[in-house]
Amino acid sequence: MNQLKVKAFELRQVVLDMIVRSGGGHIGGDFSVMETLVALYYNQMNISPENMDDKDRDYFVMSKGHSVESYYAVLADRGFFSTEQVVNEFSTFGSKFIGHPNNKLPGIEMNSGSLGHGLPVCIGIALANRMDGRKNRVYTVMGDGELAEGSVWEGFMAAGHYKLANLCAVVDCNGLQISGTTEQVMNHTKLADQIRSFGWHVTDADGNDIDKMIAAFEEAKTVSDRPTCIIAHTVKGFGGGALMENQAAWHHHVPTKEEYDQITAELKARKEAAEHE
Amino acid sequence: MNNIPNRKAICDVLLEKAKTDKDIVVLCSDSRGSASMAPFFDAFPKQSVEVGIAEQNLVSISAGLAKCGKKAFCFSPASFISTRSYEQAKVDVAYSNTNVKLVGISGGISYGELGMSHHSAQDIAAMSSIPNMRVYLPGDRFQTAKLIEAFLTDEKPAYVRVGRNPVEDIYEADCPFVMDEATVVTDGNVKTAAPSSQVNWDVLPEDLVTIVACGEMARPAVLAGALLAEKGIRTAVLDMYCVKPLDKTAVIAAASRSSLVVTAEEHAPFGGLGSMVSQVVGANCPVKTINLALPDAPVITGKSQAVFDYYGLNAEGIAGTVCENR
Repeated sequence: MNQLKVKAFELRQVVLDMIVRSGGGHIGGDFSVMETLVALYYNQMNISPENMDDKDRDYFVMSKGHSVESYYAVLADRGFFSTEQVVNEFSTFGSKFIGHPNNKLPGIEMNSGSLGHGLPVCIGIALANRMDGRKNRVYTVMGDGELAEGSVWEGFMAAGHYKLANLCAVVDCNGLQISGTTEQVMNHTKLADQIRSFGWHVTDADGNDIDKMIAAFEEAKTVSDRPTCIIAHTVKGFGGGALMENQAAWHHHVPTKEEYDQITAELKARKEAAEHE
Repeated sequence: MNNIPNRKAICDVLLEKAKTDKDIVVLCSDSRGSASMAPFFDAFPKQSVEVGIAEQNLVSISAGLAKCGKKAFCFSPASFISTRSYEQAKVDVAYSNTNVKLVGISGGISYGELGMSHHSAQDIAAMSSIPNMRVYLPGDRFQTAKLIEAFLTDEKPAYVRVGRNPVEDIYEADCPFVMDEATVVTDGNVKTAAPSSQVNWDVLPEDLVTIVACGEMARPAVLAGALLAEKGIRTAVLDMYCVKPLDKTAVIAAASRSSLVVTAEEHAPFGGLGSMVSQVVGANCPVKTINLALPDAPVITGKSQAVFDYYGLNAEGIAGTVCENR
């Protein structure tokens, strides 16, 4: 059984419950980025509720902060807070579980939401840890639509300049944003080449294949003279079936009762299939 | 004539403290010369970060460093750091609560001849309206040094604006300073200078005039106090270097025994010191309050002192405003 593959489908159900109960969220990107988060939090990163204040911990900043539901689901399952609490309290009046990452919650390093902040912040984190001679690693996840923000490219430039080998950025490349395809909205004709030209190691991976993502993160660790960017090719809404996969409208669509049942059944089927792998 | 600008006073403090505090990190955006921070970069290259001309990166990288326990001092011209990287200041510094001290150099109309792109006449309004962001405009090099020393003892976000040019001293090296308390000077006599909590308000008359000023307007305000003293008009000047958190207690104590309040600032007429003082006065001790500030327009071209003189932002202008309105 591929346990992490199973885990990714289980946590999508938590995301679905959170969004349907609260009546809001960004389900499409939540589902596309899930394997990236599961690979990081269950396989790659040295982070847990026990060591979350240790200076040697690995750092993660969710730059595409609107995918907070998937981030909350992962953190809850890893024990930073309770899954039941986050499902019940997400986006409710006065809740700490707000609709973008909130660093008043355990396990969340930085507030985000406005796009184009995570990479530059992680450069500061990576620089600080290198100054202190630490061997820990720093991760951020951006959306492909987010790459239109100029500050992202200030970040690519500076991380390359400083040869931050302890930094790994993931682009959750699901090809869709709120207005349509990224190709239509603001195209990056040769994304890998563009990032590579800033002094980065760039590798492509199937971002919804947990083993491929783990392999990409392992590859990043072998690069000693430059930062790594993983272009994670994902499907927006992955796991939700034909109803929501690759549909721009599902960027922040809230499923109806019928859709909820349909997605739940799809997730269950995929989870069971993974259990038999 | 003092020829040491406030920005150099900042560098001197950080140079001294960084000898023993390895968590101090200075960041510049191709601005180490204009920030007077080149000596720091030379002395502590491992505690210095150059980000190039990229103010958004500058502030976010500072926040990341601070997240890991560094004391980040981040320098860029006030016009750029306060607005070009405004969202980074809001989200990565104030909202994420990182120990970043944003230092706006060449503030206000320091670059008087260079046009509105290089003027920071909006920075107080912009920064003050961000929750968890403190705003400071020290008036001379001694007060600036005390402020930077105080910054090294807290872990909270702050924005400080200093000018490009040397300004005459108001105080002496041991200037009275208590963090977040206005320094009060009565009747233009600097020897009376004291943090507001140490002022015996009861000995002051009930027909006082209160003058509240910050930054480069603090010294003209004190000089105006002296001019008015010659005319027999008693004044309390509140050197409100701590614009946010505003020393409301001092404003209320002074204004409640005053027939007139005048504010003076190197800032647009909206959302700055004058607006904040007027709010406090209006709510607690209503009295006529005049706000002296730059106009709601691109300011006239010229060296900063000539521009101040043109708009009456000098000792004579402040004193004259008092005489006309009292």
